[in-house]
Amino acid sequence: MVNSESFYDVMRRQGISRRSFLKYCGLTASALALGPQFVGQIVHAMENKPRTPVLWLHGLECTCCSESFIRSAHPLAKDVVLSMLSLDYDDTLMVSAGHQAEAILEETIRKYKGRYILAVEGNPPLNEDGMFCIIGGKPFVEQLRYAAKDCLAVIAWGSCASWGCVQAAKPNPTQATPVHKVITDKPVIKVPGCPPIAEVMTAVVTYMLTFDKLPELDAQGRPKMFYGQRIHDKCYRRPHFDAGQFVETWDDEAARKGYCLYKMGCKGPTTYNACSTVRWNGGVSFPIQSGHGCIGCSEDGFWDKGPFYNRVTGLNAFGIESNADTVGLIAAGAVGTAIAGHAAVSVGKHVKGKESENDKNEREHV
Amino acid sequence: MTVTQTPNGFKLDDSGKRIVVDPVTRIEGHMRCEVNLDENNVIRNAVSSGTMWRGLEVILKGRDPRDAWAFTERICGVCTGTHALTSVRAVEDALGISIPENANSIRNIMQLTLQVHDHLVHFYHLHALDWVDVVSALKADPKATSELAQSISPWAKSSPGYFHDTATRLKKFVESGQLGPFANGYWGNPAYKLPPEANLMAVAHYLEALDFQKEIVKIHTVYGGKNPHPNWLVGGVPCAINVDDIGAVGGINMERLNLVSSIIDQTIEFIELVYLPDLQAIASFYKDWLYGGGLSSTNVLAYGDIPEKANDPSADNLRLPRGAIINGNLKEIHEVDLRDPAQIQEFVTHSWYRYPDDEIGLHPFDGVTEPNFVLGRNTKGTRTNIENLDESAKYSWIKAPRWRGHAMEVGPLARYIVGYAKGMPEIKEPVDKLLRDLGLPLDALFSTLGRTAARGLEAQYCARLMRHFQDKLVRNIKAGDLSTANVAKWEPKTWPAEARGVGTTEAPRGALGHWVKVKDGKIENYQCIVPTTWNGSPRDPAGNIGAFEAALMNTQVEKAEEPLEILRTLHSFDPCLACSTHVMDRDGQELTRIRVR
Repeated sequence: MVNSESFYDVMRRQGISRRSFLKYCGLTASALALGPQFVGQIVHAMENKPRTPVLWLHGLECTCCSESFIRSAHPLAKDVVLSMLSLDYDDTLMVSAGHQAEAILEETIRKYKGRYILAVEGNPPLNEDGMFCIIGGKPFVEQLRYAAKDCLAVIAWGSCASWGCVQAAKPNPTQATPVHKVITDKPVIKVPGCPPIAEVMTAVVTYMLTFDKLPELDAQGRPKMFYGQRIHDKCYRRPHFDAGQFVETWDDEAARKGYCLYKMGCKGPTTYNACSTVRWNGGVSFPIQSGHGCIGCSEDGFWDKGPFYNRVTGLNAFGIESNADTVGLIAAGAVGTAIAGHAAVSVGKHVKGKESENDKNEREHV
Repeated sequence: MTVTQTPNGFKLDDSGKRIVVDPVTRIEGHMRCEVNLDENNVIRNAVSSGTMWRGLEVILKGRDPRDAWAFTERICGVCTGTHALTSVRAVEDALGISIPENANSIRNIMQLTLQVHDHLVHFYHLHALDWVDVVSALKADPKATSELAQSISPWAKSSPGYFHDTATRLKKFVESGQLGPFANGYWGNPAYKLPPEANLMAVAHYLEALDFQKEIVKIHTVYGGKNPHPNWLVGGVPCAINVDDIGAVGGINMERLNLVSSIIDQTIEFIELVYLPDLQAIASFYKDWLYGGGLSSTNVLAYGDIPEKANDPSADNLRLPRGAIINGNLKEIHEVDLRDPAQIQEFVTHSWYRYPDDEIGLHPFDGVTEPNFVLGRNTKGTRTNIENLDESAKYSWIKAPRWRGHAMEVGPLARYIVGYAKGMPEIKEPVDKLLRDLGLPLDALFSTLGRTAARGLEAQYCARLMRHFQDKLVRNIKAGDLSTANVAKWEPKTWPAEARGVGTTEAPRGALGHWVKVKDGKIENYQCIVPTTWNGSPRDPAGNIGAFEAALMNTQVEKAEEPLEILRTLHSFDPCLACSTHVMDRDGQELTRIRVR
């Protein structure tokens, strides 16, 4: 691997000076809680280590995660793929096909045992002996188990791999199954969303390469740094919610003024994702900014939580920053009727399950 | 069986050496291809199989029809948005909902954005390396590459230094020994014909296009909030317009319109100064490689799209043409009626589904999709380790749709043949010019290369149409029309007890249709026939082969162990397998177990 373009080479090529690089290694050492004596080791590793191989498998999916990934603006997808890691297997982008493609999978697993990252887009169907998704004449689930056996960690891209997503919506005819229910002996990092935001995807990967550790995960296995808060918590239309200013119907005056979409079914109050902060496609917009409510695409089972245009009820609508008393005062004093009815049913409730009565009724009908 | 004549004119001979390509890569989804080669390495039998099945149509049953766009959009994240648009059109057709002019313009801009983005990414990232040898690029002289680039285009990034940098980066990458997605390519295969300089130029543009494609989709982000999978709305579009008033930052305002406008300009420039010159330069080295025509010289189908005016479904109102051509008669364009049960039918004789009678096709309004994973008795291997398929039995998760009994090709080439035959100047003139520049006859269009060329020309046409509809939108706003949604029939209580409708688009890969039945405010039945269902279809009961299979027939393969020519022709269709595989168990019942006959 003497000729390999190392992480240091990549940084230098991107205009980072030797001095900055050394400083970065020092910061990395302290971030990892290592003493200054380890800085030299980190420098050496960064200068010499080969790019981490990534095997990117595709099960039942729609390829929106791959499409999102290549939209990344920082870092650029080409730099991730060509310089930061080694994308050894990815059906969507790789040149080789057939048995030459399968040979690559075997070679990387053999050569980098325990040191490669397995990225999974989509999920395995378990009905029909797995033959609803066939790779090389065999069930996809076999390929998944084979590639997972010796990997360092699994990244579950998107809602398919994380939760099951659309093909797992009721009645889930293929028994599409999220990755963590099939691979149980490896760390699985869930990066949900349909798809996830491009820069969130590349940030999760580069975090692992940069800090040489897995990101801190929440109880559901999602990186805390991007999935720790609800869209509602940081929505730029939040002041309109707090002021009781709502869009009542599509393209009304309130819609043109950018009022809150809560009454149009926005799932921002129950959806954990970075859309309202990182935003989409280089920060251009996100669903709410472009006039449609959040459909909750990063949440487990979001397809089966009732029609998208039914409003979320029974939630603890007032978020983490305020308590029921303060919001109640605002609602009663400043806004009047618009939010009062809503406030009456929701204030004081701490519903974490996020399932509304409407949803339950709806599901019984589906 | 050794030799069979198909009704659609192909002589199939399965006696020669069988080659399997699985997975077929650089496509959306999962597919397998098997061919038989004769002693001269010529393909004499072709079998294409869709190898995935997801189940969206059954999942849609009982749901709110206003939500269907979101479910169907997830059929495909590559042609993102086109299923959603097809779906809202189908539901609006069923419920009798008209949409405002602004919504029509914005939908067109979004659909055209998809066309252009998809064609660009397909050409460079899914298809180019079937023609471009990356390893040969290492031998290129950057100065000569610069001269070549400047001779074909005034694109600014064309200095010797620029190509020197690209070559250096490529060299370092290759020398690292970690070839990533370029590992095990068929580099050095004699089917690669470009000189090193053309290869280096194409590699540089592969990387530039990867950077640029993310800009184009920002148009979806402005109007739909994100990409992939922007948001849509039955009755219009969700983005309100506000260019004058307080709170304009909550809608489509001057800054947003300027952003879209600027991206459209950049897109037109990239298509005209990079994509098209590359396409023509590459094509000029492959003029002798005119395999892969398949069905294109005989049977092509297009539903048409991009309505100039809102709510007018007539063919004359469509900027992408509608019509069917059969038996190669370009003088007669047949009208296409998606409601007519005699026109479109789907067959499952060779597909892993069960019909009440497998030999009789069904119109999508009455469509049934009950899985039936049964392998033929001549299958080699086991049911979970298939070595060779038996195409005399069921062999694909794709159904076989037929138009008046004919297997049809759909896609950019089909649209361009229909448009050419109709004499549409915006289609005919660029085709004639390209053929003239390359010194090729019209017949050359019916080929793998023709399919690839039509896609490039269409990218340019669609990019210019984006400008047209953006300008139209601004003119309409200037005239005082801010309307973006019709909510008169938003509430289910305003709907008829029973209704049915059809929605169509021209997806990047071809004609796309959704058929919906609504009953008591819920979806009663939903069926999709997508472009790759047409192109990737298996045989039908009469024995007609589908477009992929037809296009592979009689192709000379240089090296049997390196299926470069097979990939080249399959990729020219831009296969999308997640789209093509039907997904319904009508009653949500327990799925049947496999039986080997």
